[in-house]
Amino acid sequence: MARSIALKKHTIVALMQDQPGALSRAVNLFRRRGFNIESLTVGHSETPGVSRMTLAVESEDVEQVVKQLYRLIEIVKVSDVTDDPTVDREMVLVKVHAPVNSRAEIVSMANVFDAKIVDVGSSTMIIEMAGTPAKVENFIEVIRPYGLKEMMRTGRIAMVRGVRTHQATEYVDGNRHLTAALN
Amino acid sequence: MSEQLTGAQIMCEALIREGVEVMFGIPGGAIMPFYYAMYDYRDQLRHVLCRHEQGGGHAADGYARATGNVGVCIGTSGPGATNLVTAIANAMLDSTPIVAITGQVSSAVLGKDAFQETDITGITMPITKHNYLVKKIEDLPYVFKEAFHIAHTGRPGPVLIDVTKDAMQARTVPDWDVELSLPGYKPTYQGNRKQIREAIRLLTNAKKPVLIAGNGVIMSGAVEELRTLAEHLQIPVITTLHGIGAFPENHPLSIGMPGMHGWVHVNKAIQESDVLLNIGGRFDDRVTGKASTFAPNAKVIHVDIDPSEIGKNVKVVVPIVGDARNVLQVIIEELPARGELAEMYSRASDWMEHIRDMQAMHQPKQRYTRPDTPVMMPHDVFASITRIINERGSYRVVSDVGQHQMWTAQLIDWFRPRTHFTSGGAGTMGFAVPAAMGVAIAHPNDTVWAIAGDGGFQMTNQEMATVIQEDIRNLKVAIINNGYLGMVRQWQELFENKRYSGTPLSGPNFAKLAEAYGWKGVTVTQTDDIDAAIQEAYAHDGPVLIDFQVEREVNVFPMVPQGKSIGEMITE
Repeated sequence: MARSIALKKHTIVALMQDQPGALSRAVNLFRRRGFNIESLTVGHSETPGVSRMTLAVESEDVEQVVKQLYRLIEIVKVSDVTDDPTVDREMVLVKVHAPVNSRAEIVSMANVFDAKIVDVGSSTMIIEMAGTPAKVENFIEVIRPYGLKEMMRTGRIAMVRGVRTHQATEYVDGNRHLTAALN
Repeated sequence: MSEQLTGAQIMCEALIREGVEVMFGIPGGAIMPFYYAMYDYRDQLRHVLCRHEQGGGHAADGYARATGNVGVCIGTSGPGATNLVTAIANAMLDSTPIVAITGQVSSAVLGKDAFQETDITGITMPITKHNYLVKKIEDLPYVFKEAFHIAHTGRPGPVLIDVTKDAMQARTVPDWDVELSLPGYKPTYQGNRKQIREAIRLLTNAKKPVLIAGNGVIMSGAVEELRTLAEHLQIPVITTLHGIGAFPENHPLSIGMPGMHGWVHVNKAIQESDVLLNIGGRFDDRVTGKASTFAPNAKVIHVDIDPSEIGKNVKVVVPIVGDARNVLQVIIEELPARGELAEMYSRASDWMEHIRDMQAMHQPKQRYTRPDTPVMMPHDVFASITRIINERGSYRVVSDVGQHQMWTAQLIDWFRPRTHFTSGGAGTMGFAVPAAMGVAIAHPNDTVWAIAGDGGFQMTNQEMATVIQEDIRNLKVAIINNGYLGMVRQWQELFENKRYSGTPLSGPNFAKLAEAYGWKGVTVTQTDDIDAAIQEAYAHDGPVLIDFQVEREVNVFPMVPQGKSIGEMITE
């Protein structure tokens, strides 16, 4: 099936109350629209009882689903930070085939990426690496030829740069983002 | 009060604190502790035992629509809860405030496929405004407080509370002094004044403005404000299916219903308009037809309390998020004085004249011309109902879903809010009888008519027993019986070359069925007998069912075929 509309990768950051069902409700909205979530990261935020979620999704348009996300009772704040300057990070753990004769090479490769060897077995190593999603991707491609036995990625987390914590596309007040769109 | 109460008693106390007077439900294993406690509160909390949970849900929905208060329905775990699902989805799509209370298996066996266990909070997640699973008695007071708050504030909607049996059986001293803590829930009630001024600028400079009034006008109680605004601007007013009653149809500025079965002149006015103000309507696809062709020349101003509705279906130039009543009040406040609007008034009268000309041209074709036969046409029935309920006054009408629903909207005269009730968003067949039961309980001094097709009626007619048990006397049912699932048959006739697949429908002798339930049952087959039957229904002090056996193959016109522009209407 030919895709006629170009898909864009969107990064959505949301603050939500740390309650059972909250995450499920949020994810359900994307499922309902048939969007495939590329990655989802949730953890405690600076405020006790509030979690911060970073969600990466590929889609033509996420405006409607972001508004519906804001409508959920437990969602305190939602921002589509796709077009904002952000710091993006992701972490990956890889278990790589590492017999004695290739260990040195793998270690030096890991050093190039500021990665850490966190476990050494008889014929494997576990390497921990963090960086921008692109750099993580790059690292994996470099490591793959050695024999990638297992991989676990955290998915991206994103934070807007500078003092601003409130973005123009933020959905905290029903009228605010609409006013921004109008001006 | 430092007395220890059971969880179930706390639930009853919480309901009383929320002002609940009536609940519609059915007991079962997991919810039994609640019914045990309810027995002691029976003077304050009237429990209406329904015959199916769906009926209970629709009754709560009807009660909520009729009063503006939160409706309450109850079911047990498992099938009791899943039977509520359709009614909850229906309330969600029509933004009705209801709270559904379900019993759940004990927390110790939760998630272990216990007898009558279903994950009802999981099931209802996409069809509730919010839902709760309560496993600890301590959570009950604040959960009930939050649930009612969420159900009726902002854009109203259904909230479900699932309570485990052990939480109902536990004992504690309830702490009622709980503050609402909903950092993520702050509905926007006040419209942005700058946007409101921009809206006024567009409206006062428009040549062909129209105003569409939706359910939000009725729910926010903005009927008076709407009238003031319409008269000040001399703007033609269109009322959607759910906006019916927001503006009196005999007002010179009222032009009628839009959309798939709206009037031709209304749809044409929308298509010609240069500024379109929608207050509290959500541009449903049954209103817009093919959305990309809707009101192609209009600058759209959309007032809605739910920001996610704005820009969803139709491109909006001036978005205003807020409560319809608040926004209307500010618009009125900001309007230029009448003296400054002379030029606008002269344009307005030209525009109105043009619309009335279109109406004069198209309306005669839309009038249902009856063939010269003794056959009873549905329109004969509606003509009589309209005439007699107007003579009698104090009526409320609940329609089901299908052809009769559109005739009800088109052919009966509507003047007041909360007099017309129907399942618009979900299109739930079987809505009318149980919902009318809720309306009849809410307004015991009004005559409540449920108008249903023979298909929809047979989906929930067991509630006739409930009506008798509860001694509800002000409910009358009119079945527009054509022996088909008529709206589907109409589509099959018009678009599928009369392939009547699955639509011919038989039924019992409805009058006898009614009699078996203890109702008065009347069968009408001749046009000449319609009036007498309706008068008889009024004369009888108790529920009455009239089976109007009408001409079988009659179509609802005008009609916009699905997916077509509202400019392309079929009229015969």
